[in-house]
Amino acid sequence: MLTALYIMLGLALFLGAVLGYAALRFKVEGDPLIERIDAILPQTQCGQCGYPGCKPYATAIANGEADINQCPPGGDEGVHALADLLGVEYKPLNEEHGETKPPAVAFIDEDVCIGCTLCIQACPVDAIVGAAKHMHTIVASECTGCELCLPPCPVDCITMEPIEETPENWKWRYPTIPIKPVMKL
Amino acid sequence: MNAIINIKQLLKKSTDIFKFHGGVHPPENKSLSTQLPVGELPLPKKLVLPLRQHVGNIPKIKVQINERVLKGQLIAEAEGNISAAIHAPTSGVITAIEDAVIPHPSGLKDRCVTIEPDGKEEWIKREPQDWRNGDLSTLIKSLRLSGIVGLGGATFPTQVKLRANTKSDIHTLVINAAECEPYITCDDMLMRERSEGIVNGIQVAKRLLGAEQVVIGIEDNKPEAIAAMQAALGDTDIKLKVVPTLYPSGDARRLVHLLLGKEVPHDKRSTQVGIQVFNVATVLALYRYFEFGEPAISRVISMTGNVHQPQNFEVLFGTPLMHLVNAAGGAKPDTSHYIMGGPMMGFDLPAQDIPLTKASNCIIAASPTLFEPQPPAMPCIRCARCADACPVSLQPQELYWFAKSDNFEKAKDYQLFDCIECGACSYVCPSDIPLVQYYRYAKSEIIAQDKAKEAANIARERNEFRLARIEREKQERAAKHAARAQGAKATKKQSGDSKQASDKQAAIAAAIERAKAQKAAEGNAPKNTDNVSAATKAEIDAIDARRAKAGLTEKQSKTPAADADKQAKIEAAIARAKAQKAAANGTSSKTSKVAKAPQADVEKQAKIEAAIARAKAQKAEADKIKAAQSSTATKPAPQADAEKQAKIEAAIARAKAQKAAADKAKKEPPKE
Repeated sequence: MLTALYIMLGLALFLGAVLGYAALRFKVEGDPLIERIDAILPQTQCGQCGYPGCKPYATAIANGEADINQCPPGGDEGVHALADLLGVEYKPLNEEHGETKPPAVAFIDEDVCIGCTLCIQACPVDAIVGAAKHMHTIVASECTGCELCLPPCPVDCITMEPIEETPENWKWRYPTIPIKPVMKL
Repeated sequence: MNAIINIKQLLKKSTDIFKFHGGVHPPENKSLSTQLPVGELPLPKKLVLPLRQHVGNIPKIKVQINERVLKGQLIAEAEGNISAAIHAPTSGVITAIEDAVIPHPSGLKDRCVTIEPDGKEEWIKREPQDWRNGDLSTLIKSLRLSGIVGLGGATFPTQVKLRANTKSDIHTLVINAAECEPYITCDDMLMRERSEGIVNGIQVAKRLLGAEQVVIGIEDNKPEAIAAMQAALGDTDIKLKVVPTLYPSGDARRLVHLLLGKEVPHDKRSTQVGIQVFNVATVLALYRYFEFGEPAISRVISMTGNVHQPQNFEVLFGTPLMHLVNAAGGAKPDTSHYIMGGPMMGFDLPAQDIPLTKASNCIIAASPTLFEPQPPAMPCIRCARCADACPVSLQPQELYWFAKSDNFEKAKDYQLFDCIECGACSYVCPSDIPLVQYYRYAKSEIIAQDKAKEAANIARERNEFRLARIEREKQERAAKHAARAQGAKATKKQSGDSKQASDKQAAIAAAIERAKAQKAAEGNAPKNTDNVSAATKAEIDAIDARRAKAGLTEKQSKTPAADADKQAKIEAAIARAKAQKAAANGTSSKTSKVAKAPQADVEKQAKIEAAIARAKAQKAEADKIKAAQSSTATKPAPQADAEKQAKIEAAIARAKAQKAAADKAKKEPPKE
């Protein structure tokens, strides 16, 4: 009787120690859910969701403060991916936050630019180079097309240029069967 | 015993060829274009050279519009690691560097260089190299300027394939002469007519790679080519293997399997297992480059299908498509479009005014009778015939379902990227499903998604870095402010404690003030008033006085000791006026000549008086400074008060003027 008790007690102590060690040894830093949500978001950092960037939005989703359909650049696919990840029902994009636009990059009309550096301060990914009273220009390869540089420009010299299709980025189309009238009406 | 050896040899012979999985037998249609020898084309009116003729980076243009180029001159230089140079196919003048439609399934425009030939065919200085004994690294380095790419259709820059010769341990060189696609006969004709050059080219590649053995693979439907090659090979140690006709035995991995019985792992290149594969046309181009110094400027193209006289032609790169079609007797009236490449893997050319490039091995004029329009696809019946035909042993029906439903992750799991897009599955499909189109769609979508993901990762990194930087700057600023506040406190304490510091400060302030007073005294003395008449002088002085009163003369009111100066001036003016009056009373004569002398005296006196007054003012100032020095407090001197007031007045005046200007600007209509 007593032996059994001792054995059980010993086991409990041992397993408790193992669990305690494991909790320390394999401690998870941060919330992996936020990282996973952030990985789905397009990283445009445009703030159209109402949060100051993709990471804050991901945090808000993880905390249940924000809905999954507030990211227009992510599009319908993004909402589907988020719904899959979080195990919630798919919702169509919330139109309050804007609509999905074709990918574009900002372009500075260098003749008009006065070198005020306001756009440089607005750019969330440091994709604009220039200095005070010197012409600015966009590093097109780094531009996410967030449009955050448009409102601060005092001379409206920034425009969004849609990314053109070139033989380099051209994609094969989804095969479709052309429909032909069988007989004339 | 003999019997056993015989059986062994028989077995060896039967296992000499290692069959791969699947494959199909489409109608060959090769005899169409083998009836005539390789023809020469007349010079076209213009040559359009797209910069995108190979896999890899776009080369850098080295010529300008209106520049005259010689045949073989470098037009664009290889850029980066994987890239190929482009040369002028004939002598002529560059007439345009612009975007034009290129032979690409997209039908999009890309940068092209247009040459107008002058018909002189003037070569640059060709520099043959001794490929038999020359230094290997120099030979390989010079290949970067050759512009040679894989002419089998993949257009991978050859310099890259040969570059790693010293590091790589390539033991086997495979020469691809299978030419398995229907209709295409350019390699066949090349072997029939230029076998000597090909064999030399094989020797070049063998030496550059340091390969121990060479195997040529030719399909058994080209007996003339086999005979020609055997004759050219003579007693060299190069092996020639005849492989059964089966599409797609010309695929590099399939051919390696056929000839060597080795399966190249799906995630590795053949070079990683010591095998390198070259097309016959490529090795011939290598030979011509080293032996004659000729860069890649032309290739043999099969012009076949629905034309009056199908034939192979030696075509300069950049030749317009219709030029080639016309040389083959012109297209038959029912020609609907043109296909570049074979009927299995080729694509419909988007336009008729496109140039032929390094990738064009065959042009087929298509008609509805030759190529029946694709019947509408029926549902997949899961017969798995495609799986039987697939040379890569994939499950095409599964890939089709995944690609069709945009389930790209699953498609990747089923090794979509191992698909060589040979079209065997589409060929056997009883439901006429365009399977390869689905795979191409899925592949390009996945590639685009991966690129977007990569861009998103970079954007995330940059955003995080920016946020960290802003945070760091904020902290630095806060630290600086704190340090300054502490510093200010410390100095205040110090000044309270020690008299020395405040004394020093007072001395500095006094010195500054003195310098200012001196400057004002000097600066305010009128410079051009020596020779003016007394009347004008009085007028000027009166105006000055008025100005000073109104506080308009910024400079005066701004300068220290202005008050003293002013007083002195007023005194002088009064004195002068008095003198004038006296003079007027004394001599009634109006002539200034007489009046000048006494007036000058008066003036002198007035000046002396003014000087005295100024000196007094200076003295008073000095006294004040002394007083300031004696007092430990750093109170501003009364004079400084006056100065301050004058400054404030001036500032108010300036502000008013600014406001007026702003109002004026507001009233004006805004500029557009």
